[in-house]
Amino acid sequence: MQRVEPEPSRIGTVAAVTLVVLAILVSVGAYVLVVLGETGRTPEGVAGFVAAFGLAYVGAYLVVRRVAPGADPVFLPCAAALAGLGYALVYRLDPDLADNQFYWLMLGLGLFCLTLVLVRDHRSLEPYGYTIGLIGIGFLLLPIVPGLGLTINGARLWIHLGSITFQPAEVAKVLIVISLASYLSAKKDLLASATRRVGPLRLPEPRYLGPLLLAWFASLGVLFVENDLGSSLLFFGVFVVMLWVATGRGIYLAFGVLLFVAGAALGYALIPHVQDRVTIWLHALQPKYIHDLGYQLAQSEFAMATGGIVGTGLGRGHPGLIPYAATDFIYGAAGEELGLLGVTAMLLVYVIVVGRGLKAAVVRQDPFSKLLAVGLSTVIALQTFVIVGGVTRLIPLTGITLPFVSYGGSSLVTNFVLVALLVRVSARDRASPARPRLPKEAEAR
Amino acid sequence: MMDRQIRRLGLALLALFVLLFAQTNYISVFAAGRLADNPANSRVLLAEYNMQRGAILARDERTVLAKSVATNGTLKYLRVYPHGSLYGQITGYYSLIYGRSGLELSQNDWLSGTAAELTPQNLVDEILGRPKRGATVVTTLDAKLQRVAASALGNLPGAVVALDPRTGGILAMVGNPSYDPNPLASHDSATQRAAWRTLSKDPDKPLLSPAAQQLYPPGSTFKLVTASAALEAGATPSTTYANPAVLQLPQTTHVLQNFGGEHCLGGAPRITMAQALQVSCNVVFGEIGLQLGAARLVAQARRFGFDQDVPFEIPFAEGQIPDVSTFVDNEPLVALSAIGQASVRANPLAMALVAQAIANGGTEMVPQLVRQVRDSSGRVVKTFSPQVFGNPISAKTAAEMTSMMIGVVQGGTGTAAQIPGVTVAGKTGTAEVPGGNPDAWFVSFAPAQNPKIVVAVIVPNGGSLGSDATGGAVAAPIAKAVIEAALG
Repeated sequence: MQRVEPEPSRIGTVAAVTLVVLAILVSVGAYVLVVLGETGRTPEGVAGFVAAFGLAYVGAYLVVRRVAPGADPVFLPCAAALAGLGYALVYRLDPDLADNQFYWLMLGLGLFCLTLVLVRDHRSLEPYGYTIGLIGIGFLLLPIVPGLGLTINGARLWIHLGSITFQPAEVAKVLIVISLASYLSAKKDLLASATRRVGPLRLPEPRYLGPLLLAWFASLGVLFVENDLGSSLLFFGVFVVMLWVATGRGIYLAFGVLLFVAGAALGYALIPHVQDRVTIWLHALQPKYIHDLGYQLAQSEFAMATGGIVGTGLGRGHPGLIPYAATDFIYGAAGEELGLLGVTAMLLVYVIVVGRGLKAAVVRQDPFSKLLAVGLSTVIALQTFVIVGGVTRLIPLTGITLPFVSYGGSSLVTNFVLVALLVRVSARDRASPARPRLPKEAEAR
Repeated sequence: MMDRQIRRLGLALLALFVLLFAQTNYISVFAAGRLADNPANSRVLLAEYNMQRGAILARDERTVLAKSVATNGTLKYLRVYPHGSLYGQITGYYSLIYGRSGLELSQNDWLSGTAAELTPQNLVDEILGRPKRGATVVTTLDAKLQRVAASALGNLPGAVVALDPRTGGILAMVGNPSYDPNPLASHDSATQRAAWRTLSKDPDKPLLSPAAQQLYPPGSTFKLVTASAALEAGATPSTTYANPAVLQLPQTTHVLQNFGGEHCLGGAPRITMAQALQVSCNVVFGEIGLQLGAARLVAQARRFGFDQDVPFEIPFAEGQIPDVSTFVDNEPLVALSAIGQASVRANPLAMALVAQAIANGGTEMVPQLVRQVRDSSGRVVKTFSPQVFGNPISAKTAAEMTSMMIGVVQGGTGTAAQIPGVTVAGKTGTAEVPGGNPDAWFVSFAPAQNPKIVVAVIVPNGGSLGSDATGGAVAAPIAKAVIEAALG
């Protein structure tokens, strides 16, 4: 059967430029509204602000045009709009943090361009899968190193070099996705076909469950040693998703879920911190917890309830009442001032980024590219789900940043690199003609 | 091959986002009302702080008890109490951390502009683009009398309540110790917390008004209730009673003594009720109580408002008298209660209401602090007319009580309250407090034949005279100063 091959995402230059302009408008507009809402006056030096954001975004756009022709032009404006809105929210919540966030944002855009310039073909990364994976795990374990690791709010997921603190898990997530894409694209057929019949079930050879168990132990390690619930959940989730996508074997998904349940039960039984999270997930608004463990979640819900459908308007609510509003709880702060409409728009931008990422995966023909795009998109989707679900009490809260929006340099910079890789995967195949050739799989049918 | 999984993954991830959207809807829209009403939600209070709250004024509408002034901070208005502690126990406080009390609490719907009667003005303000402002609450308080009462009380602990016997309107209500609500209304949370800590740790409980919220044995001022009950039961001021030196209490070896162990009126064998009230004869009033019985004494106290729910705009601890069942097989308790001892409790407001009913021909009014409400444009949106609480005594009893109380001031224990040219009716009280100095009381009204003011005073723990304190010596001069200021 002849299959209609999906076209790579292409929209006209005018539309692409319009998107970049929209991202600039969202970023600058949000900032101006924050200042207007707080003081009733337009901010001083707004022209410089427009120039800085405008130059940075337009510059990044031009770099994409130049070094990644044919790339999906939607990624950059989406990321830029979220980051610009995030900057405005961070400025609104704590002006002292805003300068840093601005520098991180500019650094993120710089590294976004640098990634595209240096990685002209992402498949050049494929042979280095193991090396990249080892570096990734190394980054993950860095906070354990005495003298380097730093415990903030009970989680040991920071390192400090002089006055600069950094969350290496953020970098690790990109490296590990690259490494997994490399490993799985090589081993997927083996993992998919090697089976042993046990009664009615076709189970994978026990030794091929090894990688899954390894990922499970690594995630538990992150959980138990670094107390980092969010990263642990994210790594394991991405791993299971990629394994399933690579092999098409539902049994891996089932095993993954089983291991997840087992890991969660283990964590709940052994870590008081995890028990607290479950307790406040269920009972945050009860008088017993509302001023104590549940305070943060309760404040976030009050904020969102105050915002209602249209929000109080930027700069006109009281999101400062939520502890850690600029990092983990920025969604609650956004819910207060931008309302249901505003946060829904934010969620839709994530949906677009994830959807475009998966589309790039479908368009690409080689397994490494597909798995890379799937892994990176899944990281964005799961991370958003874990933190927004946690803040809205859909699931127990696990501290993790809201991609692009939360305050935090490591997260912001890494996510820009992540999007640069998605842009690269979506770009025109340099090694092959502009029109993709007929896929082998289709020929084989 | 993988594309099938990728498409399914896309759907699964989309489903996750739909869940997030649904949950956000739930919090921001469906549960929003419930969350807004949660007492731990301080945002409602914050919204209030960004609106100019209405002022609280004295009856002259010039003296400001509480007002909101604009600030440059994040909270746009600061609540200010220009007279500090003078009106603190009446206005109450308005605190971001500790909430509201007093008039700030009970009149909140007016002050914050949320009362239904204010909707038209709020709409007009909205249409004209004017900021929403709360309504002004005008009280019945007389700023001059409040000042006079406070300076008459001076540094003594205690309280003064002055009210208009015809309306029940409170003219002055002063307590010592009181508190300054300003630090509690501060926008600095450390200031609020420090003030709260100090006030709540103070053993004298300055947050509770001695005038209306704390309770004391009323002592001999309660004889007004006992005498009223006896007159209602058919006795007259000239009814005579045996006058032994001490009253042998039934069922016990204990005796009831007069103040200072004296024999009333130099030991006359029988004296009248009027004479007994004039010199505050415990022995005779013990007898009267025993003759009346617990049922009639308790019923009379309740008709005056003891143990009843008397409406008042700020917290009021009504007088207390034990239930009739307590007195069964305990006749000594009846005699002790008849002279305002044992478990009988009252405060100046409770006793002022008793005197008010007597002064007002037997009709007791509901005490009233708020007279009028004006909206932000100055229009009167609500006037509170005086309300009758009940008729605890007949007009005849009231007249007889009045004449007996005149006797107290003219030639009895209350001579310190005499004012040239004004007939003052009053009753002293010197309540014994186990292990402490006596509580000095004076309950009065004037002019006796056309009463314009009722004043009740307590100075607990003997005031400046310590164990020698009596109601006549310590409390009566304070009442006199207030009456003079009111009628002068």
